[in-house]
Amino acid sequence: MKKEIITGSLESSDCLIRVAPADSLEIELETVVREGYYDHIKKLLEETVRAEEVDRVRIVCQDRGALDYTIKARLRVALRKFKEEGHG
Amino acid sequence: MTFKTLAALFDELPLHDGMTVSFHHHLRDGDAVMNTILEAMEERDVKDIHLRASALFPVHTVAERLVAAGRIERITTNYMNGPLALLVSKGSLRGEVVMQTHGGRARSLIDNERPVDVAFLAAAAVDRDGNATGREGKNPFGSMGYAVEDALHAAVTVIVTDTVLDEPLTNPQIPAREVDHILLVDAIGDAQGIMSGTLEMTKDPLGKRIARDAVGLLDALGIFRDGVSFQSGAGGTSLAISAGFNRILAERGLTASFFSGGITRYQVEALEEGLVERLYDVQCFDDVAVASLARNDNHIAISASRYANPKDPERIIKDLDVVILGASQVDVDFNVNVTTDSYGRIIGGSGGHADTAEEAKLTVIVAPLFRGRTPLIVDRVRTITTPGKDVDCLVTERGIAVNPARKDLQDRLREQKVPFFTIEELQDICHRFTGRPAETKRHDRIGQVESRHGTEQDTLHKIKGE
Repeated sequence: MKKEIITGSLESSDCLIRVAPADSLEIELETVVREGYYDHIKKLLEETVRAEEVDRVRIVCQDRGALDYTIKARLRVALRKFKEEGHG
Repeated sequence: MTFKTLAALFDELPLHDGMTVSFHHHLRDGDAVMNTILEAMEERDVKDIHLRASALFPVHTVAERLVAAGRIERITTNYMNGPLALLVSKGSLRGEVVMQTHGGRARSLIDNERPVDVAFLAAAAVDRDGNATGREGKNPFGSMGYAVEDALHAAVTVIVTDTVLDEPLTNPQIPAREVDHILLVDAIGDAQGIMSGTLEMTKDPLGKRIARDAVGLLDALGIFRDGVSFQSGAGGTSLAISAGFNRILAERGLTASFFSGGITRYQVEALEEGLVERLYDVQCFDDVAVASLARNDNHIAISASRYANPKDPERIIKDLDVVILGASQVDVDFNVNVTTDSYGRIIGGSGGHADTAEEAKLTVIVAPLFRGRTPLIVDRVRTITTPGKDVDCLVTERGIAVNPARKDLQDRLREQKVPFFTIEELQDICHRFTGRPAETKRHDRIGQVESRHGTEQDTLHKIKGE
């Protein structure tokens, strides 16, 4: 089993993204702004994965109040590394 | 009577279920008195306690435990944070939580609303006659402003102290005639704990920019003149504004009439440099302020009533020109929330926020436009601490908004060519970064925010358990 790919951090205003191979697309989201933004961030994660054309992947996002561009950048880098390692 | 043990004191006190006990918060996160007293009440099996503390901090772990155990039935306070506030937000009290203002608390004590059975008041020292002070002793904390009305109006007043002075006190903040009992303890707490929270000027570039623009706003509005009066808080941005305020006074050779509220070294330095005539000190925020109070005649300790009671004809803040205040949320009607976070969790309280905002001629709110992803400006604040009619300007790192009710200020800024936005425009700028938050549900009522005049300002709701 290949080790999962990790980007980001658990600092305030950042997020930690973990990406690992899976049989289908799975997204798990934990966020400090759950009440106001859970659906918003979930949708952003889904759109970003779709744009990277990856579908057999498990993504775990632990969000500490990051803005859209941070989350998108963290996830994109993780997915690109994931593809470089021959997954996706 | 003077007692050397808790047991001997408690044998004398009129203990009963449902009793109201009061405390002040001058030792802030260094207070040991409340924990000691509440443990003794638990030992005597006093039930359904009504806790009336001027503020509650993370150090108050016994209060937390007694709320969880159902022994504390209700809480009336002006400010609370930490684990106890979280527990209350989750709906753990059987009775209600009431969040007052500093001035409103003084008013209600004088008006005998929610009367206090026993006030347990930490003093840094007493003299042989029983006069009490916060200035001298092993753990000096300075002004005892938030304890004065308790001492005057509680059925029984107990002074708790760790120092007895041989010399008589010349200017005690609580005179012996108001004191029924004295309890001697090893330590009332750790006076270093009063310096909790940020007491340094901000180094954060956003905070610095907000401070710079706030001082610029005051200048454009013509605030800087001889005799101006000013108040700001002890947060990092507020301190940077205080420093900027002092710098302009010094540069232009101006003298302010007074600074009021909680006092830090920034106000003390201004006093000692002759930039301000008087400091009216209801609470010392650091050891420099404590030392100054003992040394400077024009650094004057005042009671909560003299500070901010709306019914006190001598209240200091009726002459206040400018107040700088913070916010966890501001809404498009300029209502301000400093009581809860965006989701209703109690994280603070008015303190003097609503008092000074109502009285000052100019009320300026300073806050970052968003924290993490959480927007400052919302359609409706989760909890109204201070109503929008009392708020004039908002300064964020990305722009200033002026309450449309203050056309005079808007006209002046236009004349001075200082750019400003409508609050809706600022909200749009915020949403470009954060997105618009989803509507959130409100759960069961747990209590209320009480206005300084004693009316219900807003309702507090339980947060969803996690």
